[in-house]
Amino acid sequence: MIRSFGMIDIFYLLAAARWTIMLTVVAFLGASLVGITIAVFRVVPFWPLRWFAVGYIQVVQGTPLLVWLFGLYFGLSILGFPVNPWFAAAVAFSAYGGAFLGEIWRGALVSIAKTQWEAGASLGLSFFEQLRYVIVPQSVRVAIPPTVGFLVQLIKNTSLAATIGLVELTREGQLTSAATFRPFVVYLTVAALYFLMCFPLTQWSRSLERKLHGAR
Amino acid sequence: MKYGLQFRDVFAAWEAFLDGVLITLVLSFAAMLGGLLIGISFAAGRVYGPPILRRIVVIYVDVIRNTPLLVQLFLIFFGLPSLGVRLDGMTAAIIALVINLGAYTTEIVRAGLEAVPRVQIEAGSSLGLSNFQVFRYVVLFPALKAMVPALASQFVLLMLATSIVSQISVPDLFHAASIVQSRTFRDFEVYTVIGVLYLALAFLFRGIFALLYQRAFARR
Repeated sequence: MIRSFGMIDIFYLLAAARWTIMLTVVAFLGASLVGITIAVFRVVPFWPLRWFAVGYIQVVQGTPLLVWLFGLYFGLSILGFPVNPWFAAAVAFSAYGGAFLGEIWRGALVSIAKTQWEAGASLGLSFFEQLRYVIVPQSVRVAIPPTVGFLVQLIKNTSLAATIGLVELTREGQLTSAATFRPFVVYLTVAALYFLMCFPLTQWSRSLERKLHGAR
Repeated sequence: MKYGLQFRDVFAAWEAFLDGVLITLVLSFAAMLGGLLIGISFAAGRVYGPPILRRIVVIYVDVIRNTPLLVQLFLIFFGLPSLGVRLDGMTAAIIALVINLGAYTTEIVRAGLEAVPRVQIEAGSSLGLSNFQVFRYVVLFPALKAMVPALASQFVLLMLATSIVSQISVPDLFHAASIVQSRTFRDFEVYTVIGVLYLALAFLFRGIFALLYQRAFARR
């Protein structure tokens, strides 16, 4: 017998939303590591690293996330890693998100006036000391609103992990819809849960941006 | 175990990739056209319309931009039939892409319209121009100039996002991957080739948009 869509299914979807959040956290941490590296490579006074970072961003922003997910899901086994959707998704989101965060954070770094770098240099600071003590503290303020905005993109993009069988909110929606034959209600609930996760962040990002522009 | 990369069988299936590229291009152009129409009309409603219309546009933009495209697509393709609306994959895909892109273009066009300083509009009216003339001769050009770069990158993102429609069995470029994969068992090679093809399409799109921008705005 086909069971109907009830409270228990909503609880299942809520439970699956935990994995969406978990995956977002893992993806954000991985993407931050890649993003910091790429952003610093973009401003380093050594052209091979700059070119590498530009090429990386161009390639990643020119290919669909699905290709990364599937390519890594099937490709990592060639390198001898076990085929595990979580591992593949974590690597794919880190590589993919890193390019976007790298570009956002580079934008924040270059928004600081060149004279600040020169002031650091004239105090005898090395390149990395200028970056660490002069530029980064000032650019964090600029970087936060778009980073929160990117977090919304990341939450939405984790839905693609469903396609390699990782059971998060969207995948749970597919399973529930198959079990109850109520796709409309199920996907509407899934969409509502995503909205509840994303909308507060969107609003927060907007208010941060207003504050930033107000302060200037 | 040693694994040797072998591309020969994958390249032999070039016709499947070509068919996929064509579908991806059709989807992208249809979505760009529809999304642009929605974007322009909704942004006009958002900026110049009555309060009720503004609220509706704001809700549409917020709802679409805070939910994943994949879920929107599933809702239209799997959900609507239970309300009696049965769509084939291609139609459902285009509708989902247009609705999704429309929300983003609305925001971009709105930002473009609002980028024109108020004083310029007032200057136009004080010269005796009608509302339409102000829009046509004062607002339109700088607004377009402000929105075209953002639209171009949004369109590239959209072209890449069309790969999602493979999940409802629309035979686009990404769907071609799974066909060739099941025929050759060369998973990694297939996704490398697909990735390179998408990259080429992305560069093509960026190139065309850059050229258009230069043609339209460079020497003015």
